[in-house]
Amino acid sequence: MKIYVPMDSAAKALGADEVAAKLTQEIAARGLEAEIVRNGTRGMIWLEPLVEIEKDGERLAYGPIAEEDVAALLDGQIETLGTVEDIPFFARQTRLTFERCGVIDPLSLDDYEAHGGLEGLKRAIGMSQDAIIDEVKTSGLRGRGGAGFPTGIKWDTVRLAHAPQKYIVCNADEGDSGTFADRMIMEGDPFTLIEGMAIAGLGCGATKGYVYTRSEYPDAVAVMRQAIEIARAAGVLGPNVLGCGRAFDMEVRVGAGAYVCGEETSLLNSLEGKRGVVRAKPPLPALEGFLGRPTVVNNVISLATVPVIFAKGAEHYANFGLGRSKGTMPIQIAGNVKFGGLFETAFGMPLGTLVNEVAGGTASGRPVKAVQVGGPLGAYLHTDQFDTPFGYEEFDGQKALIGHAGIVVFDDTADMLAMARFAMEFCAVESCGKCTPCRIGAVRGVETIDRIKEGDASAIPLLEDLCEVMTDGSLCALGGFTPYPVLSALRHFPEEFAPNTAQKEAAE
Amino acid sequence: MTPASSPQDDGAIAEIISQIIEGHAHLEGPLLPMLHALQEEFGVIHEAAHAPLCKALTITRAELKGVISFYHDFREKPAGKHVLKICRAEACQSMGGTALAERLLEKLGLDWHGTTPDGKLTVEPVYCLGLCACAPAAMVDEKLIARADEVRVEKALSAKNIGVSA
Ligand SMILES: Cc1cc2nc3c(=O)[nH]c(=O)nc-3n(C[C@H](O)[C@H](O)[C@H](O)COP(=O)(O)O)c2cc1C
Ligand code: SF4
Ligand code: FES
Ligand code: FES
Repeated sequence: MKIYVPMDSAAKALGADEVAAKLTQEIAARGLEAEIVRNGTRGMIWLEPLVEIEKDGERLAYGPIAEEDVAALLDGQIETLGTVEDIPFFARQTRLTFERCGVIDPLSLDDYEAHGGLEGLKRAIGMSQDAIIDEVKTSGLRGRGGAGFPTGIKWDTVRLAHAPQKYIVCNADEGDSGTFADRMIMEGDPFTLIEGMAIAGLGCGATKGYVYTRSEYPDAVAVMRQAIEIARAAGVLGPNVLGCGRAFDMEVRVGAGAYVCGEETSLLNSLEGKRGVVRAKPPLPALEGFLGRPTVVNNVISLATVPVIFAKGAEHYANFGLGRSKGTMPIQIAGNVKFGGLFETAFGMPLGTLVNEVAGGTASGRPVKAVQVGGPLGAYLHTDQFDTPFGYEEFDGQKALIGHAGIVVFDDTADMLAMARFAMEFCAVESCGKCTPCRIGAVRGVETIDRIKEGDASAIPLLEDLCEVMTDGSLCALGGFTPYPVLSALRHFPEEFAPNTAQKEAAE
Repeated sequence: MTPASSPQDDGAIAEIISQIIEGHAHLEGPLLPMLHALQEEFGVIHEAAHAPLCKALTITRAELKGVISFYHDFREKPAGKHVLKICRAEACQSMGGTALAERLLEKLGLDWHGTTPDGKLTVEPVYCLGLCACAPAAMVDEKLIARADEVRVEKALSAKNIGVSA
């Protein structure tokens, strides 16, 4: 008998460690033949800790399981949810990038290979650099960190750059509220990221990789570091990758609590040991990146999707999706929802379907009011916009963005003026300070919204002007995109910015 | 994260500092790893580390100060013995995180970044812990708390011998 208890941070934050400890105790007390496997999460966070028991060729799910339920679970007195694959939230997904996450022991390379791991890397080893890049281009993969830039084109720029040393830098700084896909894959299937970075290294002629992640993710750091050691010991990393004669190795670096370090040039400065100030582009990091050398900077999910593209073929991947948004996206459903978690699906599902059907509406049972998509720099969407299909261009058409694909749902108690104010406040706290529209503008933004709240209607056009200046005059998307949440709140919920309501609420 | 508690003389401190610096000197871009290691050891970026860091990395004192002050994580003054972080970001707000933070701060008699008079606890804001599907989120030292409410946070604090007055 095998018992799976996730070691994902979200599962742990809901008591998975205590469940695992209790299971160990009960198994010993009962003299059972059972092995506990700490897997990643299957992504259905409302069911965590989700325990799976595998016996007689069947793997059944139970959850949420509390420490107190463990005895009853082993007595067979807890009703199963069936197999994970039968749970509607899961059955509806197309899992490519997250195929193995939660299924395998994240730190077992054997388990990884038994589930299709390393097939992509083995195929890439037999290909020329040109062919590797072409495969990525054909897949249509676009950057999953936010900007949606075609990954193959970025890689090609680095491949063509002449330099004795090039780098693959994985952006694992995942700071957007509502997102946790990077964390989930690093904790649940770290070899996928390692394999993707090794393929990138072979394709671009880079021999060294860095994973830059956040200090807020200590578990992901620990799992990644262990996985890298295991991969190195097995010859997946090192001077002779899987015996192919070419080298690739990597290490993990930890940030120090600065949201802006997720911006790629700020990240590179931070990696070099400098202040995380944004650099002007050009030069592109692809030509002058880490230590001035050609560098691929890609999001975790971009890189972790590369192995499945090589294992199953670029066409297979590109057949999913909608228009220029090809493949699948791990959508992170968060905030005030009944069923929160990770939902990987082909691009194209309407936002309303995601919110009302997949997420099951709000946790509070109250009506949905607004949905913020794409993190703190993403717009608030109104329920009127719910037929917008999930895709880069489709969201752009709504003056919104998909970003790293976090969706945060708010019920009708949300105070949209307060959310707009928070967006400005966040920008002020996290600004790198390089340019005035962001550094000073965000502070003025907070003050202006406070004036609106106090009933000064003349401050509304001032706020709009300020947003225009920030949009046009900021060097990076922190200052440049903060107007998205602010103006979307203002446009879709004007009554909350109207003098009488604002004043009335202030007086209460 | 708790600083090494035994009192140390200047010579011993200097020795540890130089070990940490040497231990990371081979890295590309070694400053952040060095600062993390120093803070893990001492709980702060020790004044005594400034000169050796500048020398090892051939940077000026102003540059070093600039780096230390840029990042929210690095401290020049020690924090309380334990740290409570409460997520202030949007997903947590959608689940009542703002009200939870206000009540906890009020009960502790603290503002953000404040430390209790007995030096036991510092409270800090954090912007997303990646627990947005089980919000609101908080963290007591290394222990994550999802679906945080007053009861769960106070339980985690009392496990560290920190009482919260009503
Ligand atoms: C303020 C700010 C924060 C960002 N944070 C992240 C992040 O946490 N992770 C990420 O992958 N990209 C982030 N980005 C986008 C990166 O600059 C960059 O576009 C991305 O890492 C490129 O990788 P991709 O092409 O694979 O998406 C951020 C951008 C800005 C302006
Ligand atoms: S917009 Fe803000 S964060 Fe971006 S470079 Fe300018 S000051 Fe820095
Ligand atoms: S800081 Fe950029 S104009 Fe002054
Ligand atoms: S927003 Fe609070 S954990 Fe993500």
